[in-house]
Amino acid sequence: MLDLVVFYFFAGLALVSAILVVTMRNAVHSAIFLVAALLATAGIFLSLRAEFLFVVQIILYAGGIMVLFVFVIMLVNLDVALHQVQFNRHWLVALLLALVLGAEVAVAIAMSRQGAQGIQTIAAAPAVALEPNTERIALGLFHTYMLPFELASILLLVAMIGAVVMSKRKV
Amino acid sequence: MHAILNAILAWPYLMRMVFVLVIVLVLPLIGGYIVLVERKVMADMQVRLGPMRVGPHGLLQPIADAVKLLLKEDIIPESADKMIFWGAPLISVTAAMLALAALPIGPFFLIADLNVGVLYIVGISALGIFGIVFGGWASNSHYSLLGALRSAAQLVSYETSAGMAIVGALLLAGTLSTRAIVEVQAEEGVWLIFAAPVGFFIYMVASIAETNRAPFDMPEAESELVAGYMTEYSGFRWALYFLAEYTNMIVVASIATTLFLGGWLRPFAGTALFNFLDFFPMVLMLGIAVYCLYRAPKQPVAVQKVFMVAVAGICALLALILVAPLIPGSPMAGAKEGLLGAFWFLFKVSAYLYIFMWLRFTFPRYRFDQLMRLGWQFLVPLSIVNVVDIAGALVLHRTLGWGKVPSFLLSIVVTLAIAAYLVSVGEKHEPAIVGEEETGNA
Amino acid sequence: MVSIGHYLFLSVAMLAVGVVGIVTRRNVIIILMSVELILNAVNINLVAFSRLAGSVEGQIFAIFIITDAAAEAAVGLGIIIAFFRNRETVLADEMDILKW
Repeated sequence: MLDLVVFYFFAGLALVSAILVVTMRNAVHSAIFLVAALLATAGIFLSLRAEFLFVVQIILYAGGIMVLFVFVIMLVNLDVALHQVQFNRHWLVALLLALVLGAEVAVAIAMSRQGAQGIQTIAAAPAVALEPNTERIALGLFHTYMLPFELASILLLVAMIGAVVMSKRKV
Repeated sequence: MHAILNAILAWPYLMRMVFVLVIVLVLPLIGGYIVLVERKVMADMQVRLGPMRVGPHGLLQPIADAVKLLLKEDIIPESADKMIFWGAPLISVTAAMLALAALPIGPFFLIADLNVGVLYIVGISALGIFGIVFGGWASNSHYSLLGALRSAAQLVSYETSAGMAIVGALLLAGTLSTRAIVEVQAEEGVWLIFAAPVGFFIYMVASIAETNRAPFDMPEAESELVAGYMTEYSGFRWALYFLAEYTNMIVVASIATTLFLGGWLRPFAGTALFNFLDFFPMVLMLGIAVYCLYRAPKQPVAVQKVFMVAVAGICALLALILVAPLIPGSPMAGAKEGLLGAFWFLFKVSAYLYIFMWLRFTFPRYRFDQLMRLGWQFLVPLSIVNVVDIAGALVLHRTLGWGKVPSFLLSIVVTLAIAAYLVSVGEKHEPAIVGEEETGNA
Repeated sequence: MVSIGHYLFLSVAMLAVGVVGIVTRRNVIIILMSVELILNAVNINLVAFSRLAGSVEGQIFAIFIITDAAAEAAVGLGIIIAFFRNRETVLADEMDILKW
């Protein structure tokens, strides 16, 4: 029961914030609601017992990437842009597309409930101490998936160099 | 009625809710008194007396300030973004107070024993940056925005090196939970500062910059950009920002205490030889009480005499509470670790905050480009080298079987050598006057 | 009581909102923010299935996705800044230099 309430709270917050991100006129307001959506997603991770991913989401996404976004929005903020048309011609088609996609998946999920096994429920957390999530991720990351880890670090180096070069005034 | 009371007392989260209420209600008052302590320390270092007028020895000054700030007119700039203007101080204060949830004041005095406590605190401190950035932007003034962006850039820069210094301590502790880190220090018998002193130094410098304190307070100093992001905030909103800054100071001091200074452990917690140090809290409190009683007759005004005697009484009472667990057979013997641990934790946090205040009134301010240069070109490489060296020391000690002292001593010496090299490189490239580089002179 | 279907539906809903944002908005920065929404939807999906399967590999994949999102946001915002310096606009309709 409690896990249902927690899920609906975070999921509702995430969806409402996401819708507000794409409908706000002011880019700074969109950024604020994106931070709220990211924090709600972090809450969902925590309720799924992924505690390391919860803190990583807060530190990297909400506390790193979004600060970068907010910096750039404040640097390129144009008052003229606030009064122009915000949505282009395709808004009706896009909305229909999104609704169709959502309805399709909802129907698929509802139909699979009637199958032989039904949808598997995610069990609530037991009262005893949980397995050490951080240690298991560390073992996986540094033993099995060492190569992607190193490649991700090279990717970050390349992205850093690219971002610095692209933002210089005189290359 | 009895049933309800019993049900409430049996609730497992009761203690934690009590702590939450205590922190939320008492923290503004404590913040105000830390401001008073800072003004008194500043006065002491400048050979004057500080606030003396309001209340005996100026002790009601924070209350007078709070009343003034609450009654001040609430001015909002006309074209400011009202929602964000209203919400920005709230973000700062909320982030600062949320970080207090994972800090262990005693083995049982903590609100949430998270498995990832240290990372949680780092993340929530990162969320505090938004309060500054949105505050500066919502004021709709160029100077506020520039001050806010500068302040946020400074915070982001020093967050990196602070995080790496914390990683160095985490390598030694082997766990992310704050309570477990202090327990590791109890087991090893030595505080982590002795195994990673360079890490502690990096963390101290980075934490001064993280809280926008002098000598890194360029974004909010009075002679630069007025007050930076806080310019357009008056009255209670400004008080919220100020409260957030002092709460951040307490959080940062608590992290340093937990990670490096042994948390709630008394010095030499492991050795029985130093058990007499258990009486130090009581002796300190009794000493303050005796000193107050000694000064009481010499006060010029009657109110101050009464006040001194009252303070002496409170200190004597505290001394009694602190010595009660040590008397064998007393009913409070079980609370020894809790009470004395809380005292040692608060003592270490106060010492760290005193060092903050000491540094504030000693060093001149860093210019903003010097600040960024120090952050990125000195502290970040040094903190990375620190992590590598601590890992090397652990490999030497655990895998190759060297003793503890030689391996850590070697790592500290290597780190200090690289720090000296970084300082020398920095001095060569740092022009005293901007523009010397371009003219090619000197 | 919370089934995997709940998380799947939430993930698809956020994906749909992100897609609407990318297709519909003119402001390039909001388009980038919608991309971040889509990446988050994928993360929710991965973590939900990792919890169902009991293994931790979904969460490791989610960590890599967050890393990639950071790299992509940095480079994308650098491009936006460079373009803004040249053309003084952040609207996607007006970024048509390559058209003849």
